[in-house]
Amino acid sequence: MNNVTVTHSIRFIALLLVQVVICNHINFLGYINPYIYIIFILLFPIRDSRLRLLFVSFLLGLLVDIFSDSGGVHAAASVSLAYIRPIILKSSFGMLYEHQSVKFNNTDIGNLVTYVILATVIHHIILFSLEIFNISSIILILKKTLFSSIFTIILCVLIIVLFSRNRK
Amino acid sequence: MQQIFNFVIKNKTFLLFLLLFSVSLALTIQSHSYHRSKFINSANGLTGGIYGTFNSIGKYFDLEEQNKILADENERLRAILYNSETLNDSVSKYSLYGNTKYKVTKAEVYKNSYSLTNNYLTINKGQKDSIRQDFGVITSKGIVGIVDNTSKNYATVLSILNNKSRINAKLKSTDHKGSLKWDGKSPYYVQLEDISTFAPLKIGDTIETGGESAIFPKGIGIGTIESYEKDIGGDTYTIQIELFNDMSNIGTVYILQNLERQEIKALENSTNE
Repeated sequence: MNNVTVTHSIRFIALLLVQVVICNHINFLGYINPYIYIIFILLFPIRDSRLRLLFVSFLLGLLVDIFSDSGGVHAAASVSLAYIRPIILKSSFGMLYEHQSVKFNNTDIGNLVTYVILATVIHHIILFSLEIFNISSIILILKKTLFSSIFTIILCVLIIVLFSRNRK
Repeated sequence: MQQIFNFVIKNKTFLLFLLLFSVSLALTIQSHSYHRSKFINSANGLTGGIYGTFNSIGKYFDLEEQNKILADENERLRAILYNSETLNDSVSKYSLYGNTKYKVTKAEVYKNSYSLTNNYLTINKGQKDSIRQDFGVITSKGIVGIVDNTSKNYATVLSILNNKSRINAKLKSTDHKGSLKWDGKSPYYVQLEDISTFAPLKIGDTIETGGESAIFPKGIGIGTIESYEKDIGGDTYTIQIELFNDMSNIGTVYILQNLERQEIKALENSTNE
């Protein structure tokens, strides 16, 4: 138990730092940035309490917000993602989730990619709608969501696969 | 009573979600209004320290670029210095910012964003260096923004690439004034609105600050006219301006403190009453 807490604390700090120091300043093609800190929310232990996940996600989002002067948009998107995570898990892992036996370390890569795609798109739509905050710029919101999602999904899957142990 | 408790316990996840989501939504809405929150900003010791650490590593990578900017600035300043007798009034005002009404402080940019719709910079000067809200921030080429929040050692700057930014600007050749806004699309272009159709516009003309506020002195460069079109009403132009500054690459900035600002403010207040 203690080991898990330490792992997740280190992951929290590492992802936060990488996000605010590197990923927020990539600006690929002028405006495309990956938001890799959601890996923390994705890989949070499934059997842990949901209340704790909500709290920690809020804290993570708020810290990213403080670093990037963006009000509360990351906090709102992270909390929403944390709240609907069970639904995403159920739709991407199916029976495996019902039996409470999902292990991110050695799960099927197809399921994992579905999970990351669903979570990223939902997170990014909320993020960019709140950031732009103007319904007449819906095209801009969708454009940013699409391109940033692609970038985030590729990076997230790579990071999860590279950093997971005992994958064949 | 029992039922209320049961309800709360049964729906505790949803209620917590609702609470946290409304807190973040409130912060978001607050950040979209002009007077923004005092604690959700990067002008504090923790964020400033972390950005400072990484900036001290990263700044070596564009020393060459910064050297070139400095050399260009020196060249222009020397040209003004050696030709100072032949200059007319408006140019010498630009070089001296009027009759030394402005105190200039240099600062390093620790964080710069330009791809969001509301962009802020974080700089390494704060209240300790007597930096306060609403001071103007420029580079050697043109304007950058206005100081927003300050802490002891750091300050955030409301970039001109921000939906909330409104800066008074005018044509260099005439005195037609308008307000400078940003449509959130490209970090290289800003828009100047409310220029009268009587103004003689030419593609490539220079736009500079208007000097109507106490923030910027008159005549600091902003950019050149890229294109212009009439508004729907037909009485005013909206001008697309190509910025002098490359907002995606800003290393060192100058903060302008208007030393007569208190006096101007007091006078304006007494006039309004």
